[in-house]
Amino acid sequence: MSTKQDDYPDLHKVLILTQRPRRPGPLSASLTLGWRALLKIKYVPEQLFDVTAFPVIFLLMFTYLFGGAIAGSTGEYLDFVLPGILVMSVTMITMYTGMDLNKDIQKGIFDRLRTLPFWRPAALVGALLVDAVRYLLASTIMITLGYILGFRPGNGFGGLALGVLLLLIFAFSLSWIWTFLSLVVRTEKALMGISMLILFPLTFLSSVLVDTSTMPEWLQSIVDVNPITLVVDAVRGWVHGTVTNQEIYTVLIVSLGIIVVFAPLTMYKYRNKN
Amino acid sequence: MSKSNVSDDFAIEAVNLVKKFGDLRVVDGISLKVPRGSIYGFLGPNGAGKTTTIKMLATLLRPDEGSARVMGFDLTNDANHVRQCISLTGQFASVDEDLSGLENLILIARLVGFSRKGALSRAKDLLKAFDLEDAAKRQVKKYSGGMRRRIDIAASIVTSPDLLFLDEPTTGLDPRSRNQVWDIIRALVRNGTTVFLTTQYLEEADQLADRIGVIDHGKLIAEGTSKELKASVGAGRLTVHMNTVEDLAKARRILQEMTDDQVEIDERLLRLVVHIANHIDAATAISRLVTENLQISDFSMGQPSLDEVFLTLTGKTTGQSESNEEVSNVDQAG
Ligand SMILES: Nc1ncnc2c1ncn2[C@@H]1O[C@H](COP(=O)(O)OP(=O)(O)OP(=O)(O)O)[C@@H](O)[C@H]1O
Ligand SMILES: [Mg+2]
Repeated sequence: MSTKQDDYPDLHKVLILTQRPRRPGPLSASLTLGWRALLKIKYVPEQLFDVTAFPVIFLLMFTYLFGGAIAGSTGEYLDFVLPGILVMSVTMITMYTGMDLNKDIQKGIFDRLRTLPFWRPAALVGALLVDAVRYLLASTIMITLGYILGFRPGNGFGGLALGVLLLLIFAFSLSWIWTFLSLVVRTEKALMGISMLILFPLTFLSSVLVDTSTMPEWLQSIVDVNPITLVVDAVRGWVHGTVTNQEIYTVLIVSLGIIVVFAPLTMYKYRNKN
Repeated sequence: MSKSNVSDDFAIEAVNLVKKFGDLRVVDGISLKVPRGSIYGFLGPNGAGKTTTIKMLATLLRPDEGSARVMGFDLTNDANHVRQCISLTGQFASVDEDLSGLENLILIARLVGFSRKGALSRAKDLLKAFDLEDAAKRQVKKYSGGMRRRIDIAASIVTSPDLLFLDEPTTGLDPRSRNQVWDIIRALVRNGTTVFLTTQYLEEADQLADRIGVIDHGKLIAEGTSKELKASVGAGRLTVHMNTVEDLAKARRILQEMTDDQVEIDERLLRLVVHIANHIDAATAISRLVTENLQISDFSMGQPSLDEVFLTLTGKTTGQSESNEEVSNVDQAG
């Protein structure tokens, strides 16, 4: 048996650390964890496939599938549907936040992070910051492709940018629902199932693809209170210059409401996860 | 030495810890004291409640009953202070396997408050100390089992914790890697860190721990130094394989004269097992068999296995058949 000190000559040196650094601030901790998420993209760039493929496929599919039937011409329909599909794609991508966290939980790194003395929400905020990058990427790809196909924002690029910003805020709030679920649901598959179950009806029973005024009245009353409809209407409004203050405030209030409910729930579950 | 082990305080003082999952009392009233600067070995079979106990002591799980002070701070009311002095190396890789070793260490160094530059240099020092420099830029998922364990432990001592929890640090490692990990643990303790480790191997607890607690079904069923524990179990056993059935019978008679215990005999394997106090008695026994001209094909002296500890302590087996018989295995040619 080798118990001599010289097996690890440098070990002694690293162990004599008299000073313990002060715990990092919330921002620094969040950015560090955001950096971690970015590194993961570096190693597994394929995970960006969803972010890039979703928007492209959706846009092409809906424009050419429904364009003629619904709006008479694809060009006109593109102007209408692009903001909708933008919201739909980004909303779908928010699911991944929950899945990444769920994967962490199943591995030891989750426990390690929870024993470190940094600001607790940073683990989630950091991941969400990087998600914002993904959402932005998806939006950029879709808008670029749309532009090539003939999409022209009626309100110029300023309106478009503000529309995207509003969407990012909503997506950020939505992510808290998935992070919460990922702490409650045991497996990744179950999480995926539940997320889909929530998202599919929400996105399709909305104004993403069609104007709600064409729907039967009973359906219209459901669709009009769907948060996705609210977001789509506001984003579409920004893009084409018809947005009202009320539409903007509604989206902001809905987003804030989601955060106020789900952020504390998530943090509670995060602290007390078995 | 920088650590505050001047006082005779305890690193861990747990009183009656209980954790329930549903109706199951997975940890069922554990009380223990771990002196600062010592190694405490927590020994138990699969599902005994080792990990659950560690998670409670490391602030990851809230105890349902009982209380504990860890490094002088109350576990539930002062969790943040506890977190500042402890570190946990979980049972399963507790670093991010997608990241490289270097990135993992930088990540943790940043999260405990090192500056950008400080984190980088600390990470590099640690990699050097753990002999992982060559693998610094490789993703941890591409590490071998031994390297993984080392990076896990390196990640745990980024701030040289006062108390380090190691959950089964050597399970699944080959003897060489296992020895490396043992050396690291000893070095940590020499520098004043208190170590609380779990293991399924009596030998490991024996080699490392100052005190050993044996846990089964969430209860501490024995506690003491390894000497005390082994005395209660019986020191070890001698296994002898003979060449012929006749010799087996003769050998059994001879061995039986030397002990009060029943000699176990297996005629199919031509094997005898006898509990024996120490190596000198074992040597005497073997030499008597040789003097009688009996044909021994092989013999070995082993420590009591975990199975035997359990058998003695609880009156039942663990259902595992692992034993540490390779301690002094000798092959005899004719
Ligand atoms: N989150 C949980 N929910 C329900 N039961 C659990 C949970 N975690 C552990 N258990 C159960 O508690 C018991 C003790 O588990 P624990 O992980 O503490 O054992 P262990 O001694 O570490 O075992 P091993 O040697 O296999 O790691 C097991 O029966 C396990 O199934
Ligand atoms: Mg365990």
